[in-house]
Amino acid sequence: MHITPDHTILWQWGFLHINATMVYTWIVMVLLTLTSWLVTRSLAPGSAPRSRWQNALEVIVETMRKQIHEICPQNGDAYLPFVGTLFLLIAVSNFLDIVPGWHAPTGSLSTTAALAICVGVAVPYFGIREQGIATYFRHYLRPTPILAPFHLMSETSRNLALAIRLFGNMMSGSMIAAILLAIAPLFFPALMQALGLLTGMIQAYIFAILAMVYIAAAVQRGQEGG
Amino acid sequence: MDGLSVIAIVSIAASALCMAIGSIGPAMGEGKAIAQALASIAQQPDEAGTISRTLFIGLAMIESVAIYCFVIAIILIFANPFWNHVIGQR
Repeated sequence: MHITPDHTILWQWGFLHINATMVYTWIVMVLLTLTSWLVTRSLAPGSAPRSRWQNALEVIVETMRKQIHEICPQNGDAYLPFVGTLFLLIAVSNFLDIVPGWHAPTGSLSTTAALAICVGVAVPYFGIREQGIATYFRHYLRPTPILAPFHLMSETSRNLALAIRLFGNMMSGSMIAAILLAIAPLFFPALMQALGLLTGMIQAYIFAILAMVYIAAAVQRGQEGG
Repeated sequence: MDGLSVIAIVSIAASALCMAIGSIGPAMGEGKAIAQALASIAQQPDEAGTISRTLFIGLAMIESVAIYCFVIAIILIFANPFWNHVIGQR
């Protein structure tokens, strides 16, 4: 039984491997890029009549923006590109589970680890950009320098948790479907697939929201004088 | 008993125990969190959006403990490193 799509190697040349995870990620990337390019090519300004696709895109972007503003009221738009991209990538790759033969790239630990590393880099980046490098790193020494290793440990472990959570949820979804297929073939796996779709959406939401909460915490830390 | 069967027995029993014990805590925690959130929504329906957003985040945090256990159980059964080590020695 395949735990991750990493083990499915589609093409090999020397030490170069192209496995299923990469191919499915590329498909998601192409899908997202092509759709947004096609839709934003002919945007209707102001109150001009809009196409359906533009309406759909506006609903998605506006919802993400509202959610971000609720967490980070001032200057929330600066984080929309990063957090929104995370959400859309994870959501689309989880949602495409309805396509037969699709292996969600988020069901592989390498994808989720890469996404978590992106969050781990973005948090200090936004924090330093907002507060300056000295102020940002000074909070590690508060309340006393003894606690600095614990600060570092908590930041590492929460990024690890981010990766393992997404991977575990997506992997368990496909695994439960595979096990149930052997036990109760017809009806029950379909139900579990529907549940898996819901879980995938919730996990995408949670990943993006947690990334936003971490960024907001890093950005707002200095402003409370703490 | 050779090393292979010892590893098989231990890892199957350990993964079962891991799932059994590791799901009790998160289940109780999630139950408590949801009960409290429902009570709060019943008291203040206007704040339902904020409460449920925080609830989702909290549930994800709690649930990740159970998922660590699940990942370890799956690794012990399907991708056991000690098993591969013993097979490699033969």
